[in-house]
Amino acid sequence: MLVVRQLTKSFPSGGRTLTVVRDVSFTIPDGAFVAIVGPSGSGKTTLLGLLAGLDTPTAGSVLLDGAELGTLSEDERAKLRGEKVGFVFQSFQLIPTLTAAENIAVPLELRGARNASVRARTLLDRIGLAGRADHLPAQLSGGEQQRVALARAFANAPRVLFADEPTGNLDSATGDRIIELLEELNRESGTTIVLVTHDTALASRAKRIIRLSDGAVVDDRELAA
Amino acid sequence: MSARWRDLARLAWRDSRTARSRLLLYMSAISLGVAALVAIDSYSSNVVRSIREQSRELLGGDLSLSSRTAFPPSVDSLLDTLRRGGIPVGRTTTFTSMALVPRAPAPRLVQVNAVGPNVPFYGTVETDPPGRYAGLQQGHTVLVDGSLLVELNAKLGDSLSLGSARFAIAGILRNVPGDIGIASSLGPRVYIAEKWVPETKLLVFGSRAEYDALLKLPTGTDPKSVVDQHGPTLDSAHVRTRTVQDTERSLTYDIQQLDRFLGVVALVALLLGGVGVASAIRAYIEEKRDPIAVLRVLGATSRQVLAVYLLETGVLGLAGATVGAILGVAAQLALPHVAAGVVPVTVVPRLEPRAIGTGIAIGVWVAVIFALLPILGVRRISPLEAIRHDAAGAPVRRMLSDWPRLLAFVALAASVVLIAIGRAGNVRRGIAMSAGVGAALVLLAIAAAVVARVTRRVLKEHWPFVVRQGLANLYRPANQTRAVMLALGFGAFLMSTLYLVQRNLLARLTASAVETRANLAFFDVQSDQVKGVDSLIRAADAPVLQQVPIVPMRIAAIGGHGVADARHDQRRASWALRREYRSSYRDTLITSEKLVAGKWFDAADTASRTGPWPVSLEADLASELDVSLGDTITWDVQGVRIPTIVKNLRQVTWARFEPNFFVIFAPNALASAPQTTVFLTRVIDPTARAALQRAVVVHDPNVSTIDLALVQQAIDGILDKVSIAIRFMALFSVATGILVLLSAVAAARRQRLREGVLLKTLGATRAQIARIMLSEYTVLGLLSAATGLVLSLGGAWALMHFLFDSPFSPAGPPLAVLALIIVALTAGVGLSSSRDVFAETPMAALREQ
Repeated sequence: MLVVRQLTKSFPSGGRTLTVVRDVSFTIPDGAFVAIVGPSGSGKTTLLGLLAGLDTPTAGSVLLDGAELGTLSEDERAKLRGEKVGFVFQSFQLIPTLTAAENIAVPLELRGARNASVRARTLLDRIGLAGRADHLPAQLSGGEQQRVALARAFANAPRVLFADEPTGNLDSATGDRIIELLEELNRESGTTIVLVTHDTALASRAKRIIRLSDGAVVDDRELAA
Repeated sequence: MSARWRDLARLAWRDSRTARSRLLLYMSAISLGVAALVAIDSYSSNVVRSIREQSRELLGGDLSLSSRTAFPPSVDSLLDTLRRGGIPVGRTTTFTSMALVPRAPAPRLVQVNAVGPNVPFYGTVETDPPGRYAGLQQGHTVLVDGSLLVELNAKLGDSLSLGSARFAIAGILRNVPGDIGIASSLGPRVYIAEKWVPETKLLVFGSRAEYDALLKLPTGTDPKSVVDQHGPTLDSAHVRTRTVQDTERSLTYDIQQLDRFLGVVALVALLLGGVGVASAIRAYIEEKRDPIAVLRVLGATSRQVLAVYLLETGVLGLAGATVGAILGVAAQLALPHVAAGVVPVTVVPRLEPRAIGTGIAIGVWVAVIFALLPILGVRRISPLEAIRHDAAGAPVRRMLSDWPRLLAFVALAASVVLIAIGRAGNVRRGIAMSAGVGAALVLLAIAAAVVARVTRRVLKEHWPFVVRQGLANLYRPANQTRAVMLALGFGAFLMSTLYLVQRNLLARLTASAVETRANLAFFDVQSDQVKGVDSLIRAADAPVLQQVPIVPMRIAAIGGHGVADARHDQRRASWALRREYRSSYRDTLITSEKLVAGKWFDAADTASRTGPWPVSLEADLASELDVSLGDTITWDVQGVRIPTIVKNLRQVTWARFEPNFFVIFAPNALASAPQTTVFLTRVIDPTARAALQRAVVVHDPNVSTIDLALVQQAIDGILDKVSIAIRFMALFSVATGILVLLSAVAAARRQRLREGVLLKTLGATRAQIARIMLSEYTVLGLLSAATGLVLSLGGAWALMHFLFDSPFSPAGPPLAVLALIIVALTAGVGLSSSRDVFAETPMAALREQ
């Protein structure tokens, strides 16, 4: 599903070159549930951006479902994301002027789907927020916003779902609920989940952990079932 | 499959949900420009339509024949033939005279309209009391303008002297078709029956009068065919013709000239509005960075994001333009009252769909095209910004290598040029105006860059922190200096240029009596009246500043070719060949003249001769006649042919209060020719001036006087009316300018807000934050205003010099006031931002990180 080869990302910084991701290589098969962990500044978010096609590497490659992201234009990557990728943000990132249902419908409408609002309401129902369909994000709690964000990420039935610290702004109970939803998605739909977190307890819910330190992979192991 | 336009439109509508009222406020900058456009174009169309519908009433007949001398027998015979053929003919004679009532301290120069029976054939002269015009032919009465009664302290029934005749004042003129009410400011109208003209004894040698014959043609007769049929007879008698179509054409042209000037006002408002929209959209896009980054993550292409924001701008632009069109229609209804007395027709306001449609279309286009460059900025927003706020957007590419931005810029420039050409009505002027606008923008951008550099060097460590912090915002990364200075400075430039041009144009119309000493003129003084008038002036202890002989004459031949032949020469203007000249003779130049070619008369030129007399021509007339030094002109002076040779050319300042002439003869050339005399004197005391006028008119009723004080008063009255109309339209620019200011400052507001909240978190007090913002915005306002106003001096000079061919005089104090207003408004908006800082909690700032 996701093949990463000698991936490197560097930035110019104050006259020097700062290498944030250093020669990372791994493969994530379809249906995997992987957690990428590491302390703050280890390069997790940068790596996530590269894997999701939000950024381009300095060296190396990322193949997402056979497509090499580094060779695609920004718009080509956007279209690929619309078709195959879901994304959940730490700060939810719901569009503030759209209702819950409208937020979920956005990826569908961007692809020209005809039944976008029906599917959005179905998803809302699935996550137990049918009654909040017409509420704006400001009228939802943090947990409700993240559930809506999760439903949005799943609207297009993505092949892979990236989650960047999805429970970072939530209390533990709500955070647990979110992880349960991720596990359900992984189990029932076979969606590959790539979760970035600094929380090792959260990471232990995954089936595989890739540990980063100073931009390099220092550990990569499957967890016992 | 890709998103359909309907999906994108839906997304655009939802995305603008919480910002619509704010965006509409900024779109109202377009509304005002569209309102000005719709109001001016609709009103012009109304006036042109009214002229077309009322053109026969304006002329009073189907065909008018006019001459400055009484019709010769050939023309009288022609008119009799037409009358016998069933074509009604009505006669009118128009001339100036002094009017006097027993009670009045001074006589008043009036325009006498002596009308024959049945005139006018079309239209109704309305009087107060009603119906008095019909009785004019029966009684020994006059009808007068209301203003004359006031000036002469007279009332209905009083006796009014015109020359040697006395009439009873029977009524007041309320509406005379074809007359512009404002003209009565210069010379109030008096209507008498034509049969009483001989009794007045006013039409003597040298008197200026206009003789008219109005014809009412049978239905379906083309007036032009009548003119063509009798052309030779009329031409040889120097009779001018005017048809209904001529009236319509000439008035329509005048209205279109007024429309063009006011259209420039609308153009200024539109450009200002565009600048306001650009600032507002830039600020809006900046606020939307996060949602746009999220959309990109969710799979939106840059084209889809562009489409969303273009749709939002287009719809809001349409809303703003529609509101503007409604305002414009309302203003159109008010304009007839504002312009009353300035146009010669009764204007019936009607909706003009074409003007409304054009105004809306231009408004929408301006909104979209000005917003396009800021909207193209969304392409630089990286999806990475959704997960890291410190992620840099795509680098700004040079415009030449970024073809969408280049295209957008070219489209913007082309739009400005096309709209300017459309309003100016002339390609060259439109391009010149656009070039001026472009130059101003470039200079403003340079000024902004200079400001940023100089501020960095000028800041001193020992200055208070709040001042340093505020001023440092002018050059720190991501500063808004250029954008705000462009918007504010451009607004100041446009408004100030408009003000300076308007001020200089109005000043041009003011009689420049400062440079002359005379303030009273007596004219039409006959040869046997000269001594008497001279004595009366001296008896009043007044000086005779000038005593100027005037000899009426016509051109008989140029360079040996008769006038009839000369008229076929395309190089010579026919008006200059046909007209009657009032010439004079003297041996010196006067202060309103400057020699531009040849030499002035010398002693030899005054000696009697059989050969040509030397003559001096006004330079522009020489150009119209296509004559130069050494050319010969033969003049017909009351039947006597006088050959002359052009010895020199003069430039004349016509606006001076003294007799100026196209043609000056060497002394003695016309000493024995039939002539009248003009006396110029100066009497400071108004009572003494009135008494002298009364004494002269009582002694010699045919002598007319011009009192400069009254002329100045009349001109002031006309200027007031004209300037009200201009200022009414300029209000649109001013109101737009304020909105532009608000949107320009608001563009920087978000960043200032964020910084302010952080400072508050770090312990800054309300007063400190307010002073920081005050420092920044005051300096921004000051520099923007100063740059814009300095540029406007150049712009206004260029317009006065190249477009209006007039001198330019800057106006320091008003510009300083404008600068202060801009600075105060900018600082005020800045201070209001500081209030918002304190409404936002520090947690919001922390969460942002």
